[in-house]
Amino acid sequence: MNEHWLSIVLFTPLAGMLVLLFLPSSNKTLIRVWANIAGLAGFAVSLPLVFRFDRSAEGYQMVEKAVWIPSLGVNYILGIDGISLLLVMLTTLVGFLAILSSWSAVDERLKQYYAMFLLQQTGMIGVFLALDFFLFYVFWEVVLVPMYFIIGVWGGPRKLYAAIKFFLYTLAGSVLMLLGILTLYFQHFRQFGFYTFEISELMKLQLPLDLQQWVFWAFFLGFAIKVPMFPFHTWLPDAHVEAPTAGSVVLASVLLKMGTYGFLRFSLPLLPEASITPVIVQTLVWLTIIGILYGGLVSLMQKDWKKLVAYSSVSHLGFCTLGIFALNPNGIAGSVIQQVNHGISTGMLFLIVGIVYERRHTREIKEYGGLAHVMPVYSIVFAFAMLSSAGLPLLNGFIGEFTILQGAFEASRTWAAFAVLGIVIGAAYLLWLYQRTMLGEVTNEKNRGLRDLNLRELAVFAPLIAWAIWIGVYPKPYFEILEKPVAKIVERVRPGYFGAVSAEARAAQPAVQANSGGAR
Amino acid sequence: MSQFYTATDHFVLVPAIMLALFGCAVLLFDFFLFPQARQRKWLVAFVALGVAFTAGALWRQQSFLAKNAIDRLTAFDGALVVDGFALFFNWIFLAASLIVALVSYKYLEIEDEHHGEYYGLILLANCGMFFLAAGADLVTLFIGLELMALCFYIMVGFLRSDRRSNEAAMKYLLLGAFSSGFLVYGFSVLYGISGSTKLADVASAVAARPSSDPLVILALVTTSVGLLFKISAVPFHMWAPDAYEGAPTTVTAYLSVGSKAASFAFLVRIFMGPLASAREIWEPALAVIAILSMTVGNLAAITQSNVKRLLAYSSISHAGYILLGLIAGNDTGIQGVLVYVLVYTFMNLGAFLVVVALRRKNLLGEDVDDMAGLVHKSPGYAFLMLIFLLSLAGIPPTAGFIGKYFIFLSLIQTGHYFLAVIATLYVAVAVYYYFRIVRSMFAGQLADQVPLAASFGLRVALAVTGVLTLVIGIYPQPFLSLAEISLLR
Repeated sequence: MNEHWLSIVLFTPLAGMLVLLFLPSSNKTLIRVWANIAGLAGFAVSLPLVFRFDRSAEGYQMVEKAVWIPSLGVNYILGIDGISLLLVMLTTLVGFLAILSSWSAVDERLKQYYAMFLLQQTGMIGVFLALDFFLFYVFWEVVLVPMYFIIGVWGGPRKLYAAIKFFLYTLAGSVLMLLGILTLYFQHFRQFGFYTFEISELMKLQLPLDLQQWVFWAFFLGFAIKVPMFPFHTWLPDAHVEAPTAGSVVLASVLLKMGTYGFLRFSLPLLPEASITPVIVQTLVWLTIIGILYGGLVSLMQKDWKKLVAYSSVSHLGFCTLGIFALNPNGIAGSVIQQVNHGISTGMLFLIVGIVYERRHTREIKEYGGLAHVMPVYSIVFAFAMLSSAGLPLLNGFIGEFTILQGAFEASRTWAAFAVLGIVIGAAYLLWLYQRTMLGEVTNEKNRGLRDLNLRELAVFAPLIAWAIWIGVYPKPYFEILEKPVAKIVERVRPGYFGAVSAEARAAQPAVQANSGGAR
Repeated sequence: MSQFYTATDHFVLVPAIMLALFGCAVLLFDFFLFPQARQRKWLVAFVALGVAFTAGALWRQQSFLAKNAIDRLTAFDGALVVDGFALFFNWIFLAASLIVALVSYKYLEIEDEHHGEYYGLILLANCGMFFLAAGADLVTLFIGLELMALCFYIMVGFLRSDRRSNEAAMKYLLLGAFSSGFLVYGFSVLYGISGSTKLADVASAVAARPSSDPLVILALVTTSVGLLFKISAVPFHMWAPDAYEGAPTTVTAYLSVGSKAASFAFLVRIFMGPLASAREIWEPALAVIAILSMTVGNLAAITQSNVKRLLAYSSISHAGYILLGLIAGNDTGIQGVLVYVLVYTFMNLGAFLVVVALRRKNLLGEDVDDMAGLVHKSPGYAFLMLIFLLSLAGIPPTAGFIGKYFIFLSLIQTGHYFLAVIATLYVAVAVYYYFRIVRSMFAGQLADQVPLAASFGLRVALAVTGVLTLVIGIYPQPFLSLAEISLLR
């Protein structure tokens, strides 16, 4: 039991889906109840991971290994470190809340709807747990199909266009990534005489720089489209706007993190020399900065509430990639925390849009105004989400953005300056959105009779708000969890980094020590 | 050459004898026992029996090779060779024949053309395929090819009162005969070079000449034209969309997997045998043809509204992918050809079976729009079709991914990076048109309320193809092991 815990976490949603398929489609209540039970079970079985996780241990924990396709050297290997632990917890929680939030929003073809969510859940958890590149790739692609259907069947007016665009963009990137994977696989055979996809084996490769760079670009296409980085972001607004609320939540909170996770888990450790090549770092960081500013500016001028949140994702994910390519402990740790933060805050923002959309069937910002008078609880929840997204101190967003900025500052002051500008724009569009929709007098008579949040809707937000406050007030455990894996990545990419950072340098950055609980 | 017909000769020939015997027996039984169309579905049992006997004979050959740890059995003074390669393909042919026979009876009843000779032709075509996979002599191979092709010419035109079917058969016959002419001309040049029809002798005679020898090039070009026509590679693909669309859907299914698999077995035997020494000439040429096939197949499929035509163009692009394995030419590449043909057989058959089920009385059911809203009416069929289409596109964890995996890996191993990038990017294009069908099935308004024409045989066949498409994708090891021992040596 204990040694298979990760498999249990991985396959609980799938098992829930298989049972779901045998329930009668006519009994909608039964299907809803079962899907919620399966979602909750998925979260419940993942909770023990938090308690079993050993912060002081190096490397992967709770590793499971089984032979899968011996003649190809493919193994079924699962394991977690601090980075994947946080992302798995985010996935199981947000996945459950997304299912819970769909109770009244979706009424057609319920069985297929929930089946797709549960299948996708297994796919996403698998991406974060897999330590075998083949296994990773399988899960990576498995995620695409359910999301295609969630957008394409239960989405808005242009759902089919958005769904196939999402599918084709990500697929085109990931097949090129597959070529990169196969190149590493073959190089490993050349150097060591046997074929394997195991990440820890592939880490032993000694590759010439030019080959590393080619593979890096192949991986880059796969991951950057998923993140999405500028200029590969165009699928994102379409997908988000057309997807049903729960689909947007999962897409923003978890699916996009697969891209940033890919950079951290594969690009950096497997291709360390390519990852610090100035051309690559400069290209990626400037694309990131363009993404941050462009996403923010486009958000400012959106008339559609959901589209605004979608573009804000482009901007916020930019901070995550900026942290990664600062290539120092602060940047990377901040990036992972910001990934979780973005999951929490943007997930909430999409849920917020979904709630008024369910009541009014419009997302035009100008249709709303003064909702705070009609829906007071709702406006408070929205305030939390908005401030968390804008990075107000004592909420989670501040911790992530601050740490990333420290990392960026250490790498280059110019980068940090542009990123700060991005934060200012971010605050502007979020506050302005809040002002236009919530504050002032009720401008539209149709909004007079809107119902405030019910208990179930409140239950969806409560854990997210609690988590946001926890990270904002007491982030120490998160930095502790991340310390070892982040140090490993930095040591791999910049050997001797920790020796070179002198005591004075560390003393000059007191905030780092406070945050990371006394970094080395 | 001591004895005319030795025990080994017999042992090697038994599968072909079984197929031919049962093929003829079906004709007789049809004539004497089942004069009425309604009874003819029992002929499927005869086909199944014939397939079972053939499978038994193949199994004995397979275990004989394994037990004695030998690569091959040659018979008839080297005209026939039973090796892992031949056996592997023969298993595929048998599976395809059986599945096609299983789904045909209801379909032919609906088309009002249920005649017993149809089942005889299936078995006789399979007999021709046996010689294509096991032949090691130019004449044997050519006779096998013609036996198979003749059966297909008739089957394509089996809907006698249907204009499309007649047109398809005529086109296929004329172009097929033309390409056979090229092929046999190439064979005559090869014979002229070597003075022998045995592949091994031809190979050594060709290898003795420089590959720029005009005779070698002449033989290469003419032979290739014939072979590439059979696998419907661009620019010899013109017949495929028309023949696929006009033929009865069950025959289209058989044509697209059986005939194609056999032709690939033939093609690999020739290119890795007699023409192997001229690789530097044909490799770049085939690379161009593979790229063209993927391009034309994938791009033309986008605009098709007829599902059979769409699948015809997609099969052209699949031919391009399989050729890539031959172009890479290492063990991974040839294993890739084998694995790809295997998975292609099941996923493509499965996709056509769904189209077969859509043909109902007074309802053609071949259009993408005819599939609209299928998920509301028959969710099982819709989800199976989804699996087949995902597999055709090459999305894990379906079988199609395993096939593409080998092709991509072999290209990287042999340094064909450019081809690899092209081949991978066309996966995205393929998803686009396969998902037009998915979109229609899952997001469209229900096209009609008429239930699908689901016979018992069709359900069994769909279950088998669906399960195999998933199993090969999730647990491919046994199939890969089989392909590994079946490499051409």
